Amino acid sequence: MPTATLKPLRPDAFGHWEANHLLRRAGFGGTPDQVRLLVEWGLDRSVDYLIKYREIPTEAIKPDDFRGDIMTPPSPEERLAYRKAQEAQDEVTLERLRRLRQERQRQDRQQVRAMQQWWLKRMIETPRPLEEKMTLFLHGHFATGYRTIENSYHMFLQNQMFRKYAVGNFAELCFQIIRDPAMLAFLDNNESHKRQPNENLARELMELFTLGEGNGYTENDIKEGARALTGYSFEGNEFLFREDFHDDGQKVIFGKRGTYNGDDFVRLILGRTQCSEFIALKLYRFFVNDLPGPVEPAVKTFILNLAREMRSNKYDLAPVLGTLFRSEHFYDEANIAAEIKSPVQLVVEAVRSLKTPILDLNILVDALELMGQDVFFPPSVKGWVGGRSWINTSTLFVRQNLLTHLLTGRLPSGFRGSSTRSKFDAMHLLAHLTKGSDGEYAQTEAVDFLLKSCLGAKPLEARRATLLEFADSNGGRVNNELIIGMLCLITAMPEYQLC
Amino acid sequence: MCNEHAYTRRIFLQKGLTMVSAAATVPYFIQSSAFGLTDPFDLLQTSSIAGKPQDRILVVVQLGGGNDGLNTVVPFGDDQYYRARPQLGIPANNVLRFGGGADGIGLHPNLTGLKELHDDGLLATVQGVGYPNPNRSHFTSMDIWHTANPQQPSGNGWIGRYFDNTCNGTPEPNAEIAIGREAPKAMMGDLNKPVSFETADLFRWIGEDLHNSLGEPYEEINRGGDRVEGVKAGTQLEFLTRTALNAQIASEQIRNAVRVRPLVEYPRNQLGQQLQMVGSMIRAELPTRVYYVTISGFDTHAGQAGSHANLMTQVGSALLAFLKDLKAQGNDGRVLTMTFSEFGRRVKQNASQGTDHGTAAPMFLLGPMVRPGVLGPHPSLTDLDQGDLKFGIDFRCIYAAILESWLKADSRKVLKGAFRPAVIFNKSV
Repeated sequence: MPTATLKPLRPDAFGHWEANHLLRRAGFGGTPDQVRLLVEWGLDRSVDYLIKYREIPTEAIKPDDFRGDIMTPPSPEERLAYRKAQEAQDEVTLERLRRLRQERQRQDRQQVRAMQQWWLKRMIETPRPLEEKMTLFLHGHFATGYRTIENSYHMFLQNQMFRKYAVGNFAELCFQIIRDPAMLAFLDNNESHKRQPNENLARELMELFTLGEGNGYTENDIKEGARALTGYSFEGNEFLFREDFHDDGQKVIFGKRGTYNGDDFVRLILGRTQCSEFIALKLYRFFVNDLPGPVEPAVKTFILNLAREMRSNKYDLAPVLGTLFRSEHFYDEANIAAEIKSPVQLVVEAVRSLKTPILDLNILVDALELMGQDVFFPPSVKGWVGGRSWINTSTLFVRQNLLTHLLTGRLPSGFRGSSTRSKFDAMHLLAHLTKGSDGEYAQTEAVDFLLKSCLGAKPLEARRATLLEFADSNGGRVNNELIIGMLCLITAMPEYQLC
Repeated sequence: MCNEHAYTRRIFLQKGLTMVSAAATVPYFIQSSAFGLTDPFDLLQTSSIAGKPQDRILVVVQLGGGNDGLNTVVPFGDDQYYRARPQLGIPANNVLRFGGGADGIGLHPNLTGLKELHDDGLLATVQGVGYPNPNRSHFTSMDIWHTANPQQPSGNGWIGRYFDNTCNGTPEPNAEIAIGREAPKAMMGDLNKPVSFETADLFRWIGEDLHNSLGEPYEEINRGGDRVEGVKAGTQLEFLTRTALNAQIASEQIRNAVRVRPLVEYPRNQLGQQLQMVGSMIRAELPTRVYYVTISGFDTHAGQAGSHANLMTQVGSALLAFLKDLKAQGNDGRVLTMTFSEFGRRVKQNASQGTDHGTAAPMFLLGPMVRPGVLGPHPSLTDLDQGDLKFGIDFRCIYAAILESWLKADSRKVLKGAFRPAVIFNKSV
């Protein structure tokens, strides 16, 4: 039974499985060497290393890494040309202008595809895993979908904003989110007018982003919040406050009266205890346990304690995450290998921990979609539900097949791309194992080592037996082929899906 | 090593791989004899449940995002409609009128497929379907429709509960199939979970092609189910081992079914392709009782007219092709199709040429067994609840009718309450 308090883990309790757990949850896992290093460092230094990542140099992202001018609204000249053609019923010109627009849309879809690859590559290569992990968390939390907004550069700007606030201040991020072009377009606030306020942003802001559904607000608070948010719009790639759209009249929100604007609305929300509790719950589900069953009282208390920690730190996430990753609760047996890996976690962790060659990013991005986590395309504003919803009979096959692909280069039909011969050197994984007097690795040791390196918790005895028999049936010599075969089997184990 | 494991290996040595797959799953199947599966080892048959060739099928079509009911079944005879929707209202002349148009309602101009089915007596349009205290959140309202529980829309779905209630404690693999990435909550029972996939080709492990020595250990790993020692009840691992077992069984049967070319041409849109797969599986006589397909995009807050019109084309053409296929197969009499959306949309259009989340909306039921025509009055456009339509019939009364009359189940057990079944079937059902 996990403890309800935030007390830290005893330093001497931080061994292989704990370091492995930390590296997987606060990042995307690591090689056997990296796990050993964390154990050597101990709990405090390991947690600091993951959280205080700003000291670690990384590849800078430049505003012009992607084009910001593909989906620009038509210029006054273009608009005039279009209007003239319409008046003159000049079908030829109209068709030409439509084609131009379609060409831009095509280019933009290409760009968003490139961005998916870019982000996945970044997650695989980053020396700051928590930065990307929190960016992924925020993308799922403030879920905005490209399909609706059809502007890849706005998705890029939003992604950069999430990265900037990854372990920054959540409250500051909330003030930015109501200025974010992607979000404003996604929830239709850009055209919300005082005469007919659009409730979409106000509703989701409370229901999904800050308070939780029905958690201390009324339908009327939504209507009034929507009035406060009128005029929060954008032009091009920049936030724009449209004063003439804004309703500056009296509003009553949470029983308080004032001429609130959108920032006041956010401030009122952040002042509610429910907000810290909801964010603590979301962080808990993401980092600690996705809670498939009923929530135990101790877990509930732990989340409330974490929420208090968040309030006393005024929504600064670094100290909250530090407390979380140091807590005994985080390392409780009930939480080790207790979560189902998200598709991104599965892919990024596999490449990072096994050091498989990345054969084709296109294929990996395609597989993410088939496994239900198409980044920049969340299924709805609710983001990805996660947990058991990741797994059904078909996604399980995609998961197994993708791992087989990474290990061998094989590809099932249905993917864009073709099979390649993998040049995967799996022997490197065994680098720290001692060879026997015959110059060969012992079978049992190799099996145990591979299971320990790939799984989040102690392996089942039956799996060990299956692998040993498999090794036997292949002559027993531990060579690259046998290791790859064993890795194909380990990654096809139901427990490989756990993190 | 546990005994079951040893048993598996012995059988394998005697009878080869096909038998191993059967033997390892005996505990799941042995009681299936109650459903006519007399030989538990005869798993690879693709026929329908033996002894029940005329089994009835339900196909659910989910319109995700909140379909605008007022622009689907259009009250063109009501001036209030055009006042609330000065730009978005469908001009009366374009509406596909029911009968002579005397009742002032008809279909969206792009629903020609549904109009044809209506004229052939294969369509029931139920108006004003909803539930008390409507929730306007997509997710909650969708969950309400899936769980059939507006008070506490979490936990199991109504179709999953139906299977749990009829299966005597043993899940029926392949009893419910969803086309799409995510298994819908509606089909999630305690015991029964749907098979779901987007394309049947991805529905197997490719590792077996690499080296023949991988097949056997893979089977051991994935067909052990939750009986492998060390798998604790209620954990994610238990869930994963069970899903892995179900995947192995379902894979073989389904891939065989969808390879067959359909008897009619389907439209090349998302819904058309999904219904084509369902048609193929019905034709192959899989023992599947409920199929589920989903299209989304109905959340038309802005610039609704064009996108909604495209969706209407898709719905109409795909359903028409599906019903034609079933007729060509001779299966039309055993397949009931139902459409629903989590809610309709607000009566008044908004400033973005769209509509916001609303409440009651029409449902379509299709097949020769339905009581054809328009059922129930169109909801009033003036007697509103916070700008939204008041519902005329509770969706659980539709579910109750389907459960009682079509699936022959006790609806009170499944719906956890008594709902008067709506009169949606013709008398012979």
